[in-house]
Amino acid sequence: MRIVRRSGWGILVVVTLLVAGVAPLAGQNGAYRAPRADGGHPDLNGIWQVMNEANYDLEAHNARAAMALRPGPYGPVPAAQVLALGAVGSVPPSMGVVEGGEIPYKPEALAQKKQNQENWLTRDPEIKCYLPGIPRATYIPQPFRIFQNASQIFFAYQYAGAVRNIFLKDPGPAPVDSWMGQSVGHWEGETLVIDSKGFNDQTWFDRAGNFHSDALHVVERFTRTSPDVIAYEATMEDPNVFTRPWKISMPLYKRQEKNAQLLDFKCVEFVEELMYGQWRKNPLSR
Amino acid sequence: MRNLILAGIPAMVALLICAPHPAAAQAQKAPAKAYTPKRMADGHPDLQGTYDLATMTPVDRPMGAPAAYTPEQAQKIETAAALQREKGDESISGNRTAPPKGGDGSVGAAGNVGGYNSGWLDPGSKLTVVRGEIRSSIIVDPPNGRAPQMLPAAMQRAAAGRARPTSDAQENTNDPGLEKAPGAYDDPERRPLGERCLLGFGSTSGPPALPDYFYNNLHQIVQTPDAVMILTEMVHDARVVRMNGQHPPKNIRQWMGDSIGHWEGDTLVVDTTNFTNKTRFRGSSENLHVIERFTRVDDRTLLYQFTIDDPETWAAPWKGEYTWPATDGHIYEYACHEANYALTDILKGARLREKEQAAGKTSR
Repeated sequence: MRIVRRSGWGILVVVTLLVAGVAPLAGQNGAYRAPRADGGHPDLNGIWQVMNEANYDLEAHNARAAMALRPGPYGPVPAAQVLALGAVGSVPPSMGVVEGGEIPYKPEALAQKKQNQENWLTRDPEIKCYLPGIPRATYIPQPFRIFQNASQIFFAYQYAGAVRNIFLKDPGPAPVDSWMGQSVGHWEGETLVIDSKGFNDQTWFDRAGNFHSDALHVVERFTRTSPDVIAYEATMEDPNVFTRPWKISMPLYKRQEKNAQLLDFKCVEFVEELMYGQWRKNPLSR
Repeated sequence: MRNLILAGIPAMVALLICAPHPAAAQAQKAPAKAYTPKRMADGHPDLQGTYDLATMTPVDRPMGAPAAYTPEQAQKIETAAALQREKGDESISGNRTAPPKGGDGSVGAAGNVGGYNSGWLDPGSKLTVVRGEIRSSIIVDPPNGRAPQMLPAAMQRAAAGRARPTSDAQENTNDPGLEKAPGAYDDPERRPLGERCLLGFGSTSGPPALPDYFYNNLHQIVQTPDAVMILTEMVHDARVVRMNGQHPPKNIRQWMGDSIGHWEGDTLVVDTTNFTNKTRFRGSSENLHVIERFTRVDDRTLLYQFTIDDPETWAAPWKGEYTWPATDGHIYEYACHEANYALTDILKGARLREKEQAAGKTSR
């Protein structure tokens, strides 16, 4: 009895300590007041980048020898096409960024995802330098710049020179499907909420074959939680592929380098040999 | 570098004063009343908006044309173009007659059995108007309205480099099969940057940002105190102008160069260097230096001026200007590379033709 009571007190003390311990953090989350941009909303201007492994695989995963694997005598080994990359071609581990751990695929869609993963080399749109779509553009591990004022919000991504204009007044349904979709933004207090639809079914979520259909609907939330951090959330809804909406979350960090700027990453040029090399007059060895 | 630019400005003013052509004379007239632009929170003029750069005014003045047209001359030119367009649109009307076998022999992008009929095109239907003048060329200096001749050394360099087309090369859409440059279809690197989806054609991305006289001429400007973003519709190229920044070291090279900006009164001045050697605006070297000036002249119009400075290519800097009218149109995604089946077909077609020629079959 006494022991239990002591434990009880102990727990209380721990809880109290924990509350006290996290109080400054909670204070930051609740009471941090971001500097204002032109227009009076939190200032999201700047160059931001993730620091995580989401682009490899949104779900929790162990390190893997390569993105493309084949059966070896004692377990998977790198596929022949990526063998030369050695450790550079391996996949770093991650606790994952999906709330609840797993993406809620419908059974047939899960089979498709697995097939995508097995055919990563020929199917991942990133390999061909195609536009990344949303939300992948956010966590491709390259910087992007947000331009924001009272009347316009615009995202420029270093990867593939992708861009995204955020309408602040809904122009109505997207007239045509596109890789980056049509985005409409509004402010909910301290949070920028961006609602995106009008996607085609060509983009993936990561290098692990996670995919969607053209019914994809993404709602993102950007909230500044400290001078150098935006808390980022994206909720994906696509009744063709998933049993319910699911959410990812991750911090975005402000690039600190004084000389940070977006530079050219026109990877279209980098994939010409891959995509057109066989049609050269004098093809190189492949 | 900044001092050099500032030193160039009085020189430009002096040239404008001395030049005898009406464009320059008009430039000196004080506007009837000073225009006060809407301002951003930081006090600088609001240059934001979506602009349609399409214009009928060519970069170089047509031989024999005056610097500025009379309203009657302009109307004649614009009406003729409208009629031609109307005729071109006949091919997309439902009750048209079949075109003659092998094409109608007309040239241009919409001609013969070419890739586009005019309904697809948006080459501009108006001549550009600067300070009330209806201009016959975008180039204003040299006063003859035409780009100066390249230096002999630059011409030699360009001839040697002809293996790779320049960034402002137009597609030969009439019949690419007739292109004569030897080896033009040997490798993807030999195709124009526009065909490879690396940049839009006709220097639409710039700098200098020029009309492409074809389609998709919209540009969007988003302005913040630290950076001004200029989006080129074609191939979704966002150029970030870092305000009061410094150019990166010489070894950092960018397709559209590196742009830094500062304000001179109500004019945004953008200085661009650090180009790649693949861009080559009109045969320029990678040491091309472009200075652009953006000035709001009314609620719906920007005046865009540029100076081309490349001592390795031209003996003296040369200049151009035209106006950017605002549009209410939206910019839609220009996903070029993602559906670039043409580049495969162009190269594959060339290999097929070689095979047929080797087999003794006749082929154009």
